[in-house]
Amino acid sequence: MIKAILIFNNHGKPRLSKFYEHFNEDIEQQIIRETFHLVSKRDENVCNFLEGGMLIGGSDYKLIYRHYATLYFVFCVDSSESELGILDLIQVNSQVFVETLDKCFENVCELDLIFHVDKVHHILAEMVMGGMVLETNMNEIITQVDLQNKMEKSEAGIAGAPARAVSAVKNMNLPEMPRNINIGDISIKVPNLPSFK
Amino acid sequence: MPAPIRLRELIRTIRTARTQAEEREMIQKECAAIRSSFREEDNTYRCRNVAKLLYMHMLGYPAHFGQLECLKLIASQKFTDKRIGYLGAMLLLDERQDVHLLMTNCIKNDLNHSTQYVQGLALCTLGCMGSSEMCRDLAGEVEKLLKTSNSYLRKKAALCAVHVIRKVPELMEMFLPATKNLLSEKNHGVLHTSVVLLTEMCERSPDMLAHFRKLVPQLVRILKNLIMSGYSPEHDVSGISDPFLQVRILRLLRILGKNDDDSSEAMNDILAQVATNTETSKNVGNAILYETVLTIMDIKSESGLRVLAINILGRFLLNNDKNIRYVALTSLLKTVQTDHNAVQRHRSTIVDCLKDLDVSIKRRAMELSFALVNGNNIRGMMKELLYFLDSCDPEFKADCASGVFLAAEKYAPSKRWHIDTIMRVLTTAGSYVRDDSVPNLIQLITNSVEMHAYTVQRLYKALLDDISQQPLVQVASWCIGEYGDLLVSGQCEEEEPIQVTEDEVLDVLEGLLVSNLSTPVTRGYSLTAIMKLSTRFSSVNRIKKVVSIYGSSIDVELQQRAVEYNALFKKYDHMRSALLERMPIMEKTASNGPTEIVQTNGETDPSVVETKHPPPVTQSTNQATDLLDLLGGNDMVPVIQTSVPTKPASAGGELLDLLGDLSLSGGPAPTPAPSVPTSQPPFLLDGLSSQPLFNDIAAAGIPPMTAYNKNGLKIDFTFERANPNPNIAVITINASNSTEADMTDFVFQAAVPKTFQLQLLSPSSNVVPALNQGTVTQVIRVLNPQKQQLRMRIKLTYTHRASSIQDLAEVNNFPPQSWQ
Repeated sequence: MIKAILIFNNHGKPRLSKFYEHFNEDIEQQIIRETFHLVSKRDENVCNFLEGGMLIGGSDYKLIYRHYATLYFVFCVDSSESELGILDLIQVNSQVFVETLDKCFENVCELDLIFHVDKVHHILAEMVMGGMVLETNMNEIITQVDLQNKMEKSEAGIAGAPARAVSAVKNMNLPEMPRNINIGDISIKVPNLPSFK
Repeated sequence: MPAPIRLRELIRTIRTARTQAEEREMIQKECAAIRSSFREEDNTYRCRNVAKLLYMHMLGYPAHFGQLECLKLIASQKFTDKRIGYLGAMLLLDERQDVHLLMTNCIKNDLNHSTQYVQGLALCTLGCMGSSEMCRDLAGEVEKLLKTSNSYLRKKAALCAVHVIRKVPELMEMFLPATKNLLSEKNHGVLHTSVVLLTEMCERSPDMLAHFRKLVPQLVRILKNLIMSGYSPEHDVSGISDPFLQVRILRLLRILGKNDDDSSEAMNDILAQVATNTETSKNVGNAILYETVLTIMDIKSESGLRVLAINILGRFLLNNDKNIRYVALTSLLKTVQTDHNAVQRHRSTIVDCLKDLDVSIKRRAMELSFALVNGNNIRGMMKELLYFLDSCDPEFKADCASGVFLAAEKYAPSKRWHIDTIMRVLTTAGSYVRDDSVPNLIQLITNSVEMHAYTVQRLYKALLDDISQQPLVQVASWCIGEYGDLLVSGQCEEEEPIQVTEDEVLDVLEGLLVSNLSTPVTRGYSLTAIMKLSTRFSSVNRIKKVVSIYGSSIDVELQQRAVEYNALFKKYDHMRSALLERMPIMEKTASNGPTEIVQTNGETDPSVVETKHPPPVTQSTNQATDLLDLLGGNDMVPVIQTSVPTKPASAGGELLDLLGDLSLSGGPAPTPAPSVPTSQPPFLLDGLSSQPLFNDIAAAGIPPMTAYNKNGLKIDFTFERANPNPNIAVITINASNSTEADMTDFVFQAAVPKTFQLQLLSPSSNVVPALNQGTVTQVIRVLNPQKQQLRMRIKLTYTHRASSIQDLAEVNNFPPQSWQ
């Protein structure tokens, strides 16, 4: 079971934090800080597995992380999860984030993750539920998230009318622009993000 | 009131803050605005406000006042509201707040909503944070959705069911009928979550496990399809078809196949297929292989398959990817107990991993190396491990040092090697050695009698170099105290004896007392050592002076010791020599190493190795004192009396268990008495000191004899020859009393000449009943390596007819067969 999913940047600022087990708010913040400390100390060429810090349950739990340019994706799991499997999931995970967000906004980057925390949560909810992996098929996830976003937009969404106009303008160009799903063609603002495959 | 700002605006504003204080200010302002907006009960902007609240919550600011608002959002009809509302509920609420119960009704309605996404939201929230009450109420709805044909909902329902089962295990049966055709789904998402559900049910209930065993063929078929099917763009990850599902199925197969021959047999083929066909160039392939290996090791697979699995792990060890190496080391650690020989083949690779830069890999490699040490490879392995100890990080040193001690104790090829290894560890990692190693080491050194001179010399030299490492200093000062006479007399046989005078030794010990580097414990050790030397050295006056100085030390412990030692000099000088003489050999207790590193023997019952209490040493010395008075001289070595009742019988089985790897032929094999220079490690004594054991060994036709017969007390000796070792004679004394009154407080003591070693075990009782109604038996073990004629002096004390009687006698009439 996955205990927590954390995304933070190189300075430790949380970009997404989802806990599948209950902790108090201050404990949650401490966990984020502690995890950041543990993970940021790691060299680039060591393995991606760590024992969990004291707050999150000690050595019964493992931290599996991947570092992409400015972001750390950290999954805290217990012994029932396969370490290598989770590593793959992170890869898929970040891929999905990037792709889906890219569908909404061109040239997605960390800033977009920052500004659309709620959307990121919704995407995550389609992938992991209750600490267990729900769906790993990227296309399926993206489709579902898309449909739900459309539903929201039809109700005027959170931001209200202006955003709809903007997205309407964007969507107008859609047929002309070839939209390749292939991750290699998507240009990502952060230049030194390694290729996801 | 103006419209509340949008989430994006807020984020932008907060990002412009340059200090923490500025950020806090902005957030507080916004919180206030949100709070007043909530008070106005504005429906249009509520979702916007809650979204902002969630963002602030993520940054770490309190957001509990938004909890009720989340509920209102959930109750709203708009999808947007519900979405944010449920998200807020998951992030802000939990079981401990009563508020969450209010959600139950909303969730119930939403579970039956017409829009699948609303249903999905409800399932998601219930599955993430539903409490037991909520789960109980809503389990029925979840079960209904588990049977729907909508795959989007079905997969969510499956995971929600898992959560329900976790919270309320009794409800598991309810979901059983719905699981009937879960596996016939085509949709991978549903398959995946169904397998998770089945796994959870099997893990929780053995009945379910038995019930689901019949699914094994179906699972095998699905797995086969995944492997054999061609390229499927939907589920492809790096060329492998849905690896996540494959891994999940493998794990379920593992649970189903454990301890079950039929299922295991059904899986053998597919496991072999997966193991050989999976592409290993990418991480995905390795993830599947890893899972396969774990499954093979857990079920009752045939041996060929197991060897294949271990070889895969061996290949992993050579992989460039450190993740793979780490994972391989972890699994090998799990399998080393059961498939020891197979893992041994990869020993050199494992030892190479000790040099890896990665901390996690080094730790795993160290643990595995200790598990692989055995009598054959001890020398080579120890060299590598000592080198590792030198160069590793401090966090490893304690564990490594303890592991080295443990391994050395079990497999040391020779005493000299053992002492050298200990010296090496003490000098390189001396300050990291665990506190309990010091007494263990001291015990070890005491037991290797012939190495005393060598040991004390090396320790002395080490002390001259460096007095900062406390465990080293403590062991060294203890040894110098005990064997200082050997040091000064230059008796070392193993290496070039050094020339040391008594004054130099005392200088070093006094230096320890005054040095700032010494801890109070160390000071205690050195003071006692100095005191002991008073009977071994001739410069008693100097020692007296030192001791009296510390009589007024601030440290209470030192002061107490010094005052007592002073008293020894003054009032009890006649007892001093007896009290301070050489320590007798101590009974070995079970080793106290870190249990996670090395099991003394993984294959046998854990009940085997129990700690025995070492005999109270003071009691032995008191009896020794008596004997010295009795014998009036130093030419007899006093007996070593064990005063603790030792474990009866089953000693033979114990022995075999304790010896494990070392192959000792035949049954109960009493080894030589301690400290004989054989190649067998000292701990073998553990299982040996039981009376019935020796009594079982057939006497080799040695006639019994009467050793003493006076005043109605008769003592008979019966002999047995310990089988593999002809140097030990085992004598059982039988004391009988032909008078009319009982003899109580009966104590039998014996002393033998120096060339012998004697061990006296506990008597059966200390009352010799009158009129020959019973006897007191006691076992004596005599080691006679030089095959000299056995002589013995015995002393008897007992109370008879209210008067205490003591008697001495010499026993010279031992039959020749007993000592030849």
